[in-house]
Amino acid sequence: MTRPQVLDLYFMDARCKLIELGAFLDRVDRGSGEADFRLDAFRDAMKHLSSGEPKRAEALLLAFSDPTTEPIPVAPGKGATGAWPARR
Amino acid sequence: MRYIEPHGHMVSRTTDDYQDMVTAGCAAVCEPAFWAGYDRSSVDGFRDYFRQLTEYEPARAAKYGLPHFCWLCINPKESEDVKLAADVIAAIPELLDKPNVLGIGEIGLNKNSRNEMKVLEMHVDLAARHDQLILVHTPHLEDKLKGTQLILDVLKADSRIHPDRVLIDHVEEHTVRRVLDRGHWAGMTLYPISKCTPARAVDILDVYGGERLWMNSACDWGESVPLAIPRTALEMRRRGWTAEAIDRVIYQNPIRFLSQCPKFKLPAA
Repeated sequence: MTRPQVLDLYFMDARCKLIELGAFLDRVDRGSGEADFRLDAFRDAMKHLSSGEPKRAEALLLAFSDPTTEPIPVAPGKGATGAWPARR
Repeated sequence: MRYIEPHGHMVSRTTDDYQDMVTAGCAAVCEPAFWAGYDRSSVDGFRDYFRQLTEYEPARAAKYGLPHFCWLCINPKESEDVKLAADVIAAIPELLDKPNVLGIGEIGLNKNSRNEMKVLEMHVDLAARHDQLILVHTPHLEDKLKGTQLILDVLKADSRIHPDRVLIDHVEEHTVRRVLDRGHWAGMTLYPISKCTPARAVDILDVYGGERLWMNSACDWGESVPLAIPRTALEMRRRGWTAEAIDRVIYQNPIRFLSQCPKFKLPAA
């Protein structure tokens, strides 16, 4: 596909999602109490959007991932939060 | 359009979904064993579930002319209880000759714990001893990268396992390359929020080609769309894919992998 074709197909969708991101961060700011590790991970991951590097989707996924390599002693539960709690 | 749904948890869906899928061109559905949303309390609980997968659900699908196949295992979400898992795994061989059983799956990891690793190794051994195909679940979200690598290492460590008889499911941009490089098949799951959206799945096909990749909806009792594959086919068409190229990914590729099990046969068109 040409770049104009990609823009024709996806610009409005991407624009919508970008504004949703801004609205989400505004919503968090308006909230009370302390945010947790997920917001830190989110802000770190967002840097990849403007970096100009290739493979941005992969970089974003890696930014949210547990980078360790050894199995953990016991599963703490069944669910996932979307960000690795120990990343600071 | 015709397609195979290679990963759908149909026990969670209504008959309306069967009707919609067949109307959209679904030619077969394959159902891996799954977590029920709660931990089953006994081996007999699993026996009942396996009976649902091998007897009741194929009959329900047949009412809509849809061939139904399944995979058996204890899901990684229930792997912390190693004793129960061992007992369930011991009960599986008696079911492997059932006509709609394709292999062992969806096995894998959930939180990447030591007990989950033990149960994964037991499943891989079971598949190797009975010459079964393997369908692998990779963990969710932040756990996927690490879990995928641990799973790949377990599979590589067992010399009885042929990589092209293993499909590693739920790949995303950060895991697809390492799965394909090991010689396995890779599955992309089309979810509205987590895993792959249709647009990203087609991106992955654009970048990595469609040689050993399939797509699935993994429709279950969570947020998921039973018609995700035909909707992604529409996305492919919008991006200029030919009807032949789309058919290769959503119909022929699943058949190529699944036909390694001689029981996977579709009725003549």
